[in-house]
Amino acid sequence: MRRAFPILAVATLAFLGYAFYAAWFVAPTEQTMGNVQRIFYYHVPSAWTAFLLFFLNFVASVQYLLRPSEVGDKIGKAVALGIAALTCVGAFLIKPLPYELEPGAVATTGIMIAGIYFLVRGFFSERGTDILALVSAEVGVVFCTVVLVTGPLWARPVWGIWWTWDVRLTSTLVLWLIYVSYLMLRKLSTSGETPKLAAALAVFGALDMPLVYFSIWFFRTQHPQPVIGGGGSIDPRMLRVLLINWLAFLCFASLVCWLRFQLETMKRDVEETQALEALLEPGALR
Amino acid sequence: MSVDFIRVCRATLTKDLRLEWRSRDVINAMLFFALLVVVIFSFSFDPTAEESRHIAGGLIWVAFLFAAVVALNQTWARELRNDVLDAYRISPAPANALFLAKAIGNFLFVSILELLMTPLFVVFYNLRVLGSASSLALLAALGTWALVVNGTFFAAISLRTRSREIMLPLLLFPISIPAIIAMVNGTTAILTGEDSARFWLVLLGAYDVVFTTGSMLLFETVLHAE
Repeated sequence: MRRAFPILAVATLAFLGYAFYAAWFVAPTEQTMGNVQRIFYYHVPSAWTAFLLFFLNFVASVQYLLRPSEVGDKIGKAVALGIAALTCVGAFLIKPLPYELEPGAVATTGIMIAGIYFLVRGFFSERGTDILALVSAEVGVVFCTVVLVTGPLWARPVWGIWWTWDVRLTSTLVLWLIYVSYLMLRKLSTSGETPKLAAALAVFGALDMPLVYFSIWFFRTQHPQPVIGGGGSIDPRMLRVLLINWLAFLCFASLVCWLRFQLETMKRDVEETQALEALLEPGALR
Repeated sequence: MSVDFIRVCRATLTKDLRLEWRSRDVINAMLFFALLVVVIFSFSFDPTAEESRHIAGGLIWVAFLFAAVVALNQTWARELRNDVLDAYRISPAPANALFLAKAIGNFLFVSILELLMTPLFVVFYNLRVLGSASSLALLAALGTWALVVNGTFFAAISLRTRSREIMLPLLLFPISIPAIIAMVNGTTAILTGEDSARFWLVLLGAYDVVFTTGSMLLFETVLHAE
């Protein structure tokens, strides 16, 4: 940890620097919006990173709840594999897919969901999954805040308004609220089994998101809304810069998560040792 | 569902109802609180305007939501006295029976509140239902269940926090947002008679199914987490 961290930190910083250069100087200027559009290279990667982290929080929380029982662990594995299999079969059988989704992309997503589940299961102990859930929620909230701040900064010059209660904006805000309440529970809980309570809340939050999205979607599509730059295609150079930026953000997020993970592990070790020492004679553990 | 499950459920429910019948703490507090909300809201806009029908759906549910928190906070706090909750933990009674009894009890309390408050709303805001009244009743039942099933669950979680009275709304409100959107829009649709409330009823039904199942699966973990 001590040796690897500075090297990785420098590498991530260099990568972030390159991504910054690409976003400001390599990517072409957008025709109608001008340079304001460049905030897109920060806004979108932050959003993707935040969603990924929240998903990680969900997976870690589910595992924290399921792992202790053998049956639960089996159910979890079966469901993860089932999701992968169903999306793969569905992606190639259902034609055409809604929203003109690529079958390959849908199948990859399904496999990635199962992959993340098994990666978390393989690499983290029971305590590890709890710390991972905490860390990913914390870092996710930070990135989600970046999304919610950069969005209005872009919207003001382009749409002429800071905020609109559009489905994407509103559901991202609700997502942020849910995870802030999750962090507040972890902070304010006095129970010795806070991880379990928090994991239950995380599962509820994740179950809630599709309902949030649908309710706001129906709520808002019934009413007229400000014109938003709809679909359309993106310049391949812009897409490349966007992906570079996303990768840089992911590296940065992983680095922060890793550091935070180590810190939390150390903190818990210290607490456990102190609790043990309080039971034993002073200095018995040294 | 075993006989044991139903028996424990019924015993807890009757105990709660009897306690409430004798003291009337929760109902009185909720009623007065909701009344205050109605009166205070009336100062924030012109309650006699034709517009009031469009915002009444929102007002009603905000008042009920705030008032329901009063009842939900009492759900488990009552069991802390004399360590009743610890007795539940070590007893072999199924945890879900306890949860279901508490949720049904809260559902009854909040429904009574709604029955008593709705006429008041009608009088104060000069409302007239233009849509179908039966779907309004269904919407109210589904919406109330959505609030109390999550509320009962989160009240059990917030029991183990500092300043637990404030923790419950902090957990309950963000998760309840889709239910609140459905209740408010469904009610407005029925009151104004402009739209169909079908989508909102379906959404509330889905919400109820998802969170009732979730609560039943996770409640045992939460009850034993001390």
